[in-house]
Amino acid sequence: MSATAAGGRLVAVTLVVALAAGGLAALGALAAPALAEGEESLRGTLQVDGDPVEGVRIEVTDDAGATVAEETSDADGQVEIALPGPGSYDATLDVDTLPDDVVLRDPDRATISPDVSPGATRPLAFPLQDADTEEEVVSAIPWSRLAQGSVNGIKLGLLIGMASIGLSLVFGTTRLINFAHGEMVTFGAVVAWMLHMTGFELPLIAATLLAIVAGGALGAGMEKGLWHPLRSRKFGIIQMLVVSIGLSFLLRYLIQLVYGTQRQTYADFAISASVSLGPFRTTVRDLLIMGISILVLTGVGLMLTRTRIGKAMRAVADNRDLAESSGINVGRVILIVWVLGGALAALGGVFVGASEEVTWIMGFRLLLLMFAGVILGGIGTAFGALVGSMVVGLGVEISAVWLGGQLKYVWALAVLILVLLVRPQGILGVRERVG
Amino acid sequence: MDLIEILSFAFRSAVGPLAITFALAAIGLNIHYGYTGLLNIGQVAFVMVGAYGLAITVDVFGGSHVLGALVGLGLAALLAVLLAVPTLRLRADYLAITTISVGEVLRLATRSSQAAPLTRGADGIAGLGGPFYALNPIPPGDYGFWIFQLGSERRVWLMLVGWGLIALMCLLVWALMRSPWGRVLRAIREDEEAARSLGKNVFSYKMQALVLGGVIGGLAGVYYAIQAAGVAPDTFDPRITFYAYVILILGGPGRVLGPVLGALIFYALFQGADVLLRQGAAGGWLPLVEWFGSQAIGATRLALVGLVLMLLMIFRPQGILGDRREMSLGA
Repeated sequence: MSATAAGGRLVAVTLVVALAAGGLAALGALAAPALAEGEESLRGTLQVDGDPVEGVRIEVTDDAGATVAEETSDADGQVEIALPGPGSYDATLDVDTLPDDVVLRDPDRATISPDVSPGATRPLAFPLQDADTEEEVVSAIPWSRLAQGSVNGIKLGLLIGMASIGLSLVFGTTRLINFAHGEMVTFGAVVAWMLHMTGFELPLIAATLLAIVAGGALGAGMEKGLWHPLRSRKFGIIQMLVVSIGLSFLLRYLIQLVYGTQRQTYADFAISASVSLGPFRTTVRDLLIMGISILVLTGVGLMLTRTRIGKAMRAVADNRDLAESSGINVGRVILIVWVLGGALAALGGVFVGASEEVTWIMGFRLLLLMFAGVILGGIGTAFGALVGSMVVGLGVEISAVWLGGQLKYVWALAVLILVLLVRPQGILGVRERVG
Repeated sequence: MDLIEILSFAFRSAVGPLAITFALAAIGLNIHYGYTGLLNIGQVAFVMVGAYGLAITVDVFGGSHVLGALVGLGLAALLAVLLAVPTLRLRADYLAITTISVGEVLRLATRSSQAAPLTRGADGIAGLGGPFYALNPIPPGDYGFWIFQLGSERRVWLMLVGWGLIALMCLLVWALMRSPWGRVLRAIREDEEAARSLGKNVFSYKMQALVLGGVIGGLAGVYYAIQAAGVAPDTFDPRITFYAYVILILGGPGRVLGPVLGALIFYALFQGADVLLRQGAAGGWLPLVEWFGSQAIGATRLALVGLVLMLLMIFRPQGILGDRREMSLGA
């Protein structure tokens, strides 16, 4: 590979990482203040649309059901509850002490059960909303929830798009559908969680950057240690698919072994001020997630269209033999695709973890949505993956307005099957024989 | 470490109802993957549809168990047709993606509150299998000797019927695969274009293979619902497909007895490993639980199964009984 090509690649990768780093630094500046040292506590801010809610009583009971602490929110809506020690507790918000015009967004979540590790501060998150919001929902078309669904959908679509670029590029360059790609997403989220919440207690920005590096290294390791040797031994595509299924279970349960089965959130992002833009209501955290995702995706897009390595990637995806015979080092290109894909999957994982929660199975759930997005957009095309992901993300969240959260994945599957019936090459795919 | 306990548990598991369920599921998968080269990663969906077909017929509509079993098998066939139409004309990976999604989405839909009037949501349906045990001719007692323990008369009856079903299905597969129909399936696996150029309707053959294997998967589900005396959505997770693959590739894809041999060995090793790891944790020479927490044993075991699947596929894709030249698919 020539020096200029290597330089182009370096610029491209640095560009992506720098974009992510810059965005994350901004995110850090707005995150919750540093945690108190050495003492276990719960803390949170009760607010509706940024206005603090004062005088709400929260009671904390231990495993045995005995009350260990009780606090009332102050004029800024803040509650901080000191705990007698580490352990699992139930924190219950006394609904009767809420002002008349304020209700819990989810009435079933008046009690949360945080597990507090030694010296840790866990978030007390009780999402509240105006009581009138409830009434709007009854109208024929639930506009406010629809607006909310669109915001969530854009966010989800961006996250699916970011995480699935690797899936799509790997398929484009090697014809492998990597069923272990979901675990690369989980890996990023869990690595960041470990660095952030246990032992090292790095701020989330630093933990995320390290998780991105680790994700890239995981991608490189997979390519170098597994896929490249298999390809050079002329393994059939179906055999490689089955190997990737084995790999996905290996990684999934190794993650479960180390991380456990609990659902956790990142302390730095647990609480975030909410922002209203007309009918759209979101949080600073989600806005930042969306902003950074757009920056990163733009960076990747520029890289694919403007840089030498990006053009090489597209050339390999288009026609591998032709690319190889015109002097492109295909092995190098594929390795870089894996590194890039792993890094983006890890970043996507951290974002999913920050906006929802970190679990050992999160990547597999997202994988199904990624498949739907990638196929909808046209498998093997990076921009197609993005378009498809946006449609799937919006569809999933908007359908949840009517179907409820439990059935939203059904919609994604329906789309997948419909696309296969009508236009199997996807929205942006080139019409070719895929049979 | 108590070797007798490990061996006895391993034997009990290897011939037990769960191993039978997986052997049946893997026989179905063998028709898809082993004989036709169809990469179905959602065998769990067929198992689930079979089990729920029985459960819903009996629980909601008050039908008999026989009717329920037929409904279960019929639904499995219907699911196969629905999956076949959009995917079988496309490249192999499209079937893989669609089936893995269908498996998980069916589980999520079944456990949702919207489906609860039919499926009883996440709690599942209990109280199945009564009429099955009413037919039990075996006198009460505890059967087995030394490390070969079988259990109560109910369990022995279950196993008798289960192994009978396996024998029947193996016979069916054997007969079909030596027929001209079976030779076309294998021709499709080896070279789809060649089969097509000989005037065979490849799509139709693939569809028939998918339906047949799916119905046998549905049979596994019916059997599962009876042996567990009920169904719950969360037992039908992607692990079932994954076990079926390990069993099939261990035993030998494209061989009549491959899935049976695979199920025996897999379950003996899988449950033996469980006892071994638990003894290690209790005895303190393998402090997994201390290091990682209570999920450690299950997680370690499943991670090992993942590794085994990878290694098998890389170094011996033909399993114990198969022929390597047959199983280098899509090369």
